[in-house]
Amino acid sequence: MSENVFEYAPAPESASIVDIRPAYGLFINGEWVEGQDGRSYKSVNPATEEVLAEITEAGPADVDRAVAAARNAFDNVWGPMPGRERAKYLFRIARLIQERSRELAVLESIDNGKPIRESRDVDLPLVAAHFFYYAGWADKLAHAGFGPDPRPLGVAGQVIPWNFPLLMLAWKIAPALACGNTVVLKPAETTSLTALAFADICRQAELPPGVVNIVTGAGETGRALVGHPGIDKVAFTGSTEVGKQIARMVAGTRKRLTLELGGKAANVIFDDAPLDQAVEGVVNGIFFNQGHVCCAGSRLLVQESVAEELLARLKTRMATLRVGDPLDKNTDIGAVNSAEQLDKIRTLSQIGEAEGATRWSPPCELPSRGFWFAPTVFTGVAQSHRIAREEIFGPVLSVLTFRTPAEAVEKANNTPYGLSAGVWTEKGSRILWMAERLRAGVVWANTFNKFDPAAPFGGYKESGFGREGGRHGLEAYLDV
Amino acid sequence: MSTETLTDAPGGNAELRAYLHGLPGVDQVGAEERAARLATRSIKTTAKAAAIDLAISMVDLTTLEGADTPGKVRALCAKAVRPDPEDPAVPKVAAVCVYSDLVGVATAALRGSGIGVASVATAFPAGRAPLEAKLADTRAAVAAGATEIDMVIDRGAFLAGDYLKVYEEIVAVKQACGDAHLKVILETGELVTYDNVRRASWLAMRAGADFIKTSTGKVSPAATLPVTLVMLEAVRDFRAATGRQVGVKPAGGIRTTKDAIRHLVLVNETAGPDWLTPRWFRIGASSLLNDLLMQRRKLATGVYSGPDYFTLD
Repeated sequence: MSENVFEYAPAPESASIVDIRPAYGLFINGEWVEGQDGRSYKSVNPATEEVLAEITEAGPADVDRAVAAARNAFDNVWGPMPGRERAKYLFRIARLIQERSRELAVLESIDNGKPIRESRDVDLPLVAAHFFYYAGWADKLAHAGFGPDPRPLGVAGQVIPWNFPLLMLAWKIAPALACGNTVVLKPAETTSLTALAFADICRQAELPPGVVNIVTGAGETGRALVGHPGIDKVAFTGSTEVGKQIARMVAGTRKRLTLELGGKAANVIFDDAPLDQAVEGVVNGIFFNQGHVCCAGSRLLVQESVAEELLARLKTRMATLRVGDPLDKNTDIGAVNSAEQLDKIRTLSQIGEAEGATRWSPPCELPSRGFWFAPTVFTGVAQSHRIAREEIFGPVLSVLTFRTPAEAVEKANNTPYGLSAGVWTEKGSRILWMAERLRAGVVWANTFNKFDPAAPFGGYKESGFGREGGRHGLEAYLDV
Repeated sequence: MSTETLTDAPGGNAELRAYLHGLPGVDQVGAEERAARLATRSIKTTAKAAAIDLAISMVDLTTLEGADTPGKVRALCAKAVRPDPEDPAVPKVAAVCVYSDLVGVATAALRGSGIGVASVATAFPAGRAPLEAKLADTRAAVAAGATEIDMVIDRGAFLAGDYLKVYEEIVAVKQACGDAHLKVILETGELVTYDNVRRASWLAMRAGADFIKTSTGKVSPAATLPVTLVMLEAVRDFRAATGRQVGVKPAGGIRTTKDAIRHLVLVNETAGPDWLTPRWFRIGASSLLNDLLMQRRKLATGVYSGPDYFTLD
């Protein structure tokens, strides 16, 4: 029987559950306000290039207002409030996120281009879990191991990326509020909509005005926020390049800083690995969220003796990946977030070919409108190739081989980054041996891309410093 | 893995053990995650209609009770030929599966229908009988007209590491089958680990099984999605290694259309569409058929009929 006997009919999630306003203001001091200089930009749906809304671009005066509101809320309401009271608000926010999770998942997929399967099954449950987790810490800070009475820092300026808009918001806002800080958050310019929806949730939860402020805009707005003298702490997730600029701006000030930057993770497969699950882990490692994951397993290091077999299995598996409409429940790979990012992925892939690596993609039809890139694997890659060194931030996998465990460690660590790594082997002792030697913030064993609010996450070297999540995540927002 | 070593008789239990334990392991968490993720596929409209008809055509309609009578078997056969008396467009099921002493009744009732007669032989369901008794059971079923034999493996021998004994029993039963197809029941609920499921699958295929089947239906858990996943991976890899295609039959516990469709999704995305035919994939079930019929009518008419609108046999 031919394949079309069991072609899956389109199963799109209805977009009618979300209510996208034609234009959005800034969320400052619990109110929607207009930007002072009237500038704005358009947010588009990456899957269709259709304009979704007009977003306000916050200028320095707007950032000033937001920081002043956060300071006022910190000094008078949120800072002095007992932890058990703060916890109530955080629990309320967590419950509201759960109640509205379908709406938020659809909105995230429309705005970001990620498949609904991921926003619904991965992002939103984790977003709620982060708020629940840190709500639990709010009245137990004295028991977190940072002294009997750890104090909040004050006002946190937070800048988050476009790959996990709502999840990164949760990673930033939940611990900050739990510790008693107030925040001014700037979402990425291409994915502001869920952050703005979160502003509504703050109002619904009757969070005191000024505790959470959201200013939208691009790099200029981010610079104004990071450079603002009124903030006590900067938290940034994004590219290493911008991270370095921020580090320079903050150097010499009293501001605390945490950075969660790029990565070029090694996914190391030994010859005794559970091969079918390893293939699944490779697919999940690099094609999850179109590869727009800072800890994506973009370098596959496979033991030479099983390289051929593993690649054959991987290609068979890749041929079953469904690329297309992010709102279709059967879509595995959605749209690239922006034209700019698509250009970058294309350019680096062309460089990969020019350098002599072999490029392969499964046959798949891409929609004619929107920003799309087929899942791609490069074989015959050498450590010196740019595709093996630079973060592509797209569904592009580079395959390298090794012969001994020592060589695997050497190659895995031979990168300016150090955010995550994966080890696949049935041998428990080897997992521990590898985990001790891999210079990465997270080492996954026989799995990949697993997140949990209780597990700290962060990088080595050019992947940044500081940890988010878990008890460690509190430290970044406490005066310890 | 060369083709010769796979088709050759094993050179002893140690060799067979080394071979089976040399297969790639199965990570439990990963396998269960993959099965769970595939279970979230959303099958609607035309795809659902195609899947329902396909599932009906793959059903081995089964009755395996001590209280089975010739009358009950005849009624089941009538249902197999025409599952929905009001709609001739509904496909026939693949086979009717009965105990070996009722094969004659089923053969007579199904003559000319093209529907297979499957018989559980080999001291079903425990398999705890001398080999001679198992072979006699098999021969009797084949002589009475069974076109398919569902045999159980000796789980005790397997768990004790006596792989050669299991292998040799399958070879002997296969020989006793003659032209009948041999389905080897692994009883995965008793094998417990996915590594065991994979090893038993390869052992059965190497010994000549035409089909590998999950369960007798008498042990819980019976057919689960991860177990079917592991078995589908095994038949896919076995064909890649030897060129020989082997079928898969989950049995026991598949009661709803949703369950059946989830299994078809697994087939489609694991072994591939080559297995999406009754020749290579069967579902062993008794109550599933009526749910498929009910969902089929719901899809056609837009409304649910009550269970009384479908026959009970």
